[in-house]
Amino acid sequence: MSEPSVPLSGRYQPPLANGEVVFDEPWQGRVFGLAVLLAEQGTLQWPDFQQSLIEVVSEWDSQSDPANEDYPYYELFAEALSRLTVREGLVSAGEVFDRDAEIIARPHGHDHGHPHDHDH
Amino acid sequence: MSHETARIRAEALESLLIEKGLIEAERVDDVIVRYNERVGPMNGAWVVARAWQDPDFKARLLADGTEAIKEYEFEGGEIDKLVVVENTDEQHNVVVCTLCSCYPWAVLGLPPKWYKDPAYRSRVVREPRQVLAEFGTELEEDVRVRVWDSSAEVRYLVLPQQPPEWVGLDDETMAERVTRNSMIGVERLS
Repeated sequence: MSEPSVPLSGRYQPPLANGEVVFDEPWQGRVFGLAVLLAEQGTLQWPDFQQSLIEVVSEWDSQSDPANEDYPYYELFAEALSRLTVREGLVSAGEVFDRDAEIIARPHGHDHGHPHDHDH
Repeated sequence: MSHETARIRAEALESLLIEKGLIEAERVDDVIVRYNERVGPMNGAWVVARAWQDPDFKARLLADGTEAIKEYEFEGGEIDKLVVVENTDEQHNVVVCTLCSCYPWAVLGLPPKWYKDPAYRSRVVREPRQVLAEFGTELEEDVRVRVWDSSAEVRYLVLPQQPPEWVGLDDETMAERVTRNSMIGVERLS
């Protein structure tokens, strides 16, 4: 895989006719966008991410029963990105653990990380 | 990692990376919009429609897909080597990635959910006719099925057969009718 980069432009950009919604939930789009952005910026190398994903997918394959379980693609994607960012030293495992705990402990209805009115 | 853990982890990573100045949230938004709306299977559909109309382009496309689509400046990455395989009366082609979910993003956008499913990844290799039939594609017995396994290095695009009644339509009309699934090879166009 090469690095993802800026997409097509100009007259070859057609209107989207047979595309479809790709992300079932917003967080899936966020984590995907995060990985692509880090690779585009050169903060991470895309082949390293791919390797991490292959590793996580193969672990899932060996531990799961595909006949009875949905393949949790974005869960595995998040795990792969999480491992790689720690491995590459962008974040530490401790920081991630603490931040997870903060998010879990956050009162319901305050999930934006910044104060503002909730009338939207 | 459970669904809930992954959702939390995605947010945790993003917020930490923002705090460290490694990313900007707006740029993550830009990537999502780009992949959702702007890069999609339409790129592949344009290539297919042109190949049907332009024999010289088709010959170049089949000889070296990567080189032939260069002029379109499709970026979106992900294609080191694009191999275009042509469906004919004798052979039907279908694409899979048995290892993970390698896919020609620049021409087809993001892979559909089922493409990443372990059932598709393993079954299409073992029993392609059965899997195709489940997609509604019943192949005649004398049509050979060839399954192409994508990799990090090589991505495949199926050049579907042009339905006879489409001959004479303009590129744009045809491109709108070429489906993503036909370019993965699980459907025929009609």
